[in-house]
Formats: sequence, structure tokens, C-alpha cells
Amino acid sequence: MKPRLTAGFLPLVDCAPLVVAHELGFAEREGFQLDLVKQPSWSAIRDMLALGHIEAAHMLSPMPVAMSLGLGGLAARVDVLMVLSVNGNSMGVTPAIAERMRANGWSGAFNAPFETGKHLIEATGGEIRLGVPFPFSMHAELFHHWLGALGISAGEALDVRTIPPPRMADAIGAGEIDAFCVGEPWGSLAVETGVAELVLPGSAIWAFAPEKVLAVRHEWCEANPELTRGLMRAIHAASRWLGTPENRMMASELLARSDYLDLSDTIIDRALTWTIQPRPGQIGERVENFQRFHGGAATFPWRSQGAWIATHIAARAGIAREEALRVARACFRSDLYRANLTGTGADMPGASEKLEGALPRATPVASVRGEMILGPDAFFDGQVFDFGT
Amino acid sequence: MAARRGAAYIRPVSSKLRITVVDADPERAHMIVDGLCEAGDFEVTVLGDDTGLARKLADLAPDVVLIDLANPSRDTLEQLSVATGANSRPVAMFVDRSDPEMTRAAIQAGLSAYVVDGLKKERIKPVIDAAITRFHMLSQMRSELNAAKAALAERKMIERAKGLLIQARGISEDQAYALLRKTAMDQGKKVAEVAQALITAAELLK
Repeated sequence: MKPRLTAGFLPLVDCAPLVVAHELGFAEREGFQLDLVKQPSWSAIRDMLALGHIEAAHMLSPMPVAMSLGLGGLAARVDVLMVLSVNGNSMGVTPAIAERMRANGWSGAFNAPFETGKHLIEATGGEIRLGVPFPFSMHAELFHHWLGALGISAGEALDVRTIPPPRMADAIGAGEIDAFCVGEPWGSLAVETGVAELVLPGSAIWAFAPEKVLAVRHEWCEANPELTRGLMRAIHAASRWLGTPENRMMASELLARSDYLDLSDTIIDRALTWTIQPRPGQIGERVENFQRFHGGAATFPWRSQGAWIATHIAARAGIAREEALRVARACFRSDLYRANLTGTGADMPGASEKLEGALPRATPVASVRGEMILGPDAFFDGQVFDFGT
Repeated sequence: MAARRGAAYIRPVSSKLRITVVDADPERAHMIVDGLCEAGDFEVTVLGDDTGLARKLADLAPDVVLIDLANPSRDTLEQLSVATGANSRPVAMFVDRSDPEMTRAAIQAGLSAYVVDGLKKERIKPVIDAAITRFHMLSQMRSELNAAKAALAERKMIERAKGLLIQARGISEDQAYALLRKTAMDQGKKVAEVAQALITAAELLK
């Protein structure tokens, strides 16, 4: 009998690599059966993984780092086998705030982080209630980076609240929050229901933000090297399939099914085709690299990504930076990625760490097979993070 | 950080344990509260509306929060377990892990319990045990109800499919059922699935 493996996911467009690996037989080809279970919240998926009810999980990239550092409701040593998706979030505000921003001279451009940020701060008087899906999320990090670079930092004027993605539209509609950062399709759904306007894609803040990761318990992947290898190969093949533009229609059809997102495929299409509709009735705007599953080493778990996450989490939680960096680097298993994906056609970067934010445009760099294209990965304010090894 | 968590929440140990049950269904919440009251002398509050959950909980300052594992608002609760630098939290709650076996049993029952940092295991145990018992009862009731609903829906569907066959082919009710059953056996499907397919097809051809 084939070995079985259960993975938990949340209904978001970026759970696609797991769905594709399951539905299109990539898992079977690797000799195992992949069962998927939908989870109601990030806390639930974390508990299920930590307590061994599931073997693998679709997780927000900061979650394994936080869990491994012992932060949050339940701690466990969790490893990141690979990155499932890069970028894919959007910032949204209430129509009233957008209106005030426009009255103050905001152009309404969807890809202008400086201008939009300044107008958001002005329109709210700098007191902003922000909704993010989880305390440890790239959403929270992007907000902190964006508004922090414009002079607003957490704890003073920034009131960050945790709201599960499917509730985000209700929360902004009910006036609980002024703005949100949420993954697709929930941002587009808030636009469709008229409770929010999208003002900025996450990719405009950081052009290459590791968004979701494939997480497993450290002990589990050490004890199950074959299954770990099969899982990584299946997900890598699924990511490559998703990176092919011709497959997008089928991908959104798969995701639309009731087992997964249970929503119309036209809403799901927006993220997959990088065509975001910021306001109801408006023509979709093309956003380069809105969400990436493949290409530019999108699935490679850079140890420097772990380090970036750890630095920010540690600073806010008041824990020692060096220790946090050590733990986070160990979480991001670029060693397993190299060992398990060699021979699948996946190209390997020459190093396992990079400067985060150093590439303003796509740039050829040395790889194991010769040359690969990385980036762009710049931050909107030009910051570069060097964690020096 | 430990000092801050501890200092954030001080109350005399002798006072009654304060429990908050988060559940949107009043009947379910009622059953859970009943179970808790049988188990001891607690101060129990029910929060039925998810709006502004974090703020309400901060005002109530409970020692224990009980919530359905499947409730998406758990992530909002999670905020309370993160003590961030500048924002001092009135409560620092953690998923209960004083007893790994109990935690496992709670998860299996679909219960998620958050407890205030530093609360003694002996004080939590009766609460969690009582809640686990109730959650088991509730999930059994829920699955029985779902099974009953599903059976009813299947029967209705088969009745409708029989009706369609009787009309279209002029056969008797028994013959119609036999035809559905034979088709199901030939295709390795359930009778209800064949009935469903027939109804869908008939609607398309209308």
C-alpha cells in the first residue's frame, strides 16, 4: 500500500501547489497518497501540525519561525521545506478613507507605495486600525515595513488586529478596522461586496516576499526522509505546472471547487493572471509579480528569508536577535531542498543566503547549472538587509 | 518577557476561576455552560458575537477561554498570546499545554482552550475535562443530525428520480427503483448518486 500523508491548508489562492499536487497526480507519481484537509484558521493548522494530526501544512512564512522560537499559543520545532508562494497580498481601505485620500489629492495609482502611504496616513490622521490574518504573518511585516518607513511605527499609532481572512470583508464593512492586508481571493471579494478598495499590492512594498511555506515538524522530516523527498518533489512539480501561463485557467477551475475555495473562478483568476481590480467596476490592472509559484527560485527556502523574518519578530517580541537568527536559519531547509530536488530539473542557486532587497530588477546570477535569473526583490524604500554569514 | 506576562495579570488566587465560552450558537453555548457549572463553581461568560472579540475578551479578562477548534475567530484570540513590546496586553493567553494528554484529548474533541499564563494545572484540569465531555456530546449530536439530514436528502432525491423515470418511461415505481439500483451497481456508485445525476441531467434538458 502507498504511504499516505495529510496536509492542512487554508482556503486561499496560494494553497494551489498542494491542490495541484493532489488533483493532478504529482503526489501519486512520487509514490504516495496526498490527502488534503481544509482548516478553519491558522491557529488550528498550527495546533494540528504541532500535535501530529497532520504531517504537512500550508503556513504563513513567519509561523514556523515563531513556533520554533517558542512564540505564540503553541510552540514546536517546525521546518520550512520550501516556499509555496511569493507575494500575493493586497492592502485595502474603507471606501470612506479612499474618498478622503482622493479629496486630498491622491492619484489613485495602484502601485505607488510612497504616495499611497502618505495619503493613507494623512486621511486617517496617522491613527490606523489595521487588520491582518495572524500576528505572525508577512501581512503584518509588510504593514510594519511600509508604514514604518513612512514614519509610523507599531505600538504608537498602529493598532494591528488579527482577523481571519474570510472575516476580513465583514470586519472592514462593520467599521472594526480602517485598513487590511489580506491574501487573495479575500481582497478581491471585499472589492466585489463594496466594503473596501484595494490601494496597494504587497509586491509594491517588497518585490519578493516569501508568503506561504510548506511546513513540517522537524522530527517528522528527520524520521521520514523518503516521504519528505516525495512531498518536496511533488510540490515542486506542481509549482512548475502553476508557473506555466496556459495552465492558469485549469488552476482557477480546480481551486474554485467546493473542497477548496468554494468561490467563483473569475474571482480566483485575478491573482493567478496578475490582473487586480482595485475598485468595483474598474478594469483590472496588471501587477507584475503579483503572486509567484515558480521561476526566479521562488520555491527555494533561502536561509536569509528566515533571518529576515526572525530579525523583525525578535525585535517586536523582545528576544535576543542572534539566537533568533540561528533558529530561523535552521528552520529554512535549503539543505533538504538541494538534496531532494537535484535531478528534477530544478536549478539551484549557488548560495543559500542572499542579500534581501538588493535586486531592483531581474538579474542573472551564478547557479549550479550555470546561470539563473533572480529578482526583482527590492523594498520600496531601497532598504537592503545583509545578515552576513 | 516572562516578567511582563506575569505582571500583566494579577488577581487574588482565592477568587473564582473566570471562564469565557466563545460560541455563536446559543444552544451549544448553553450546553457547555451547563457542563461547566456541574463541574465546579466558576464564573462563566458567553461571547456569541465575533465582532470586536479581542477587545471584549480584554475587558472580561478571563482565566480560561473555551472555543470550538473550527471557529475561525481563534486567530483573533491568538493575538492575546502575543505580548508585543509597546502594546501591553491585559491578558496573555496560551493554548493549554499543562498536560499534553489533556491537550490532545481536547483537540480530538474539537475544543481549543486558552489559559492565562501561570495558572496552576490543578485549577485548569476540571474545566478542561468538563468541556471535553460536553464537546464530545456536541460533536456526536452534530454528526447524528448531519447523518439524519443526509439520509433525508438522499431519500428525497431518490423519490424525485423515481418520479422522473416513471414519467419519462411509463414504468412502475418498483421498476423505476430497480432501474436506479441496477445502474448504480453497474457503475459502482450509490443509488443516491445515480439519482442525483439523473435529476441534474433532467434539469439541463428542461
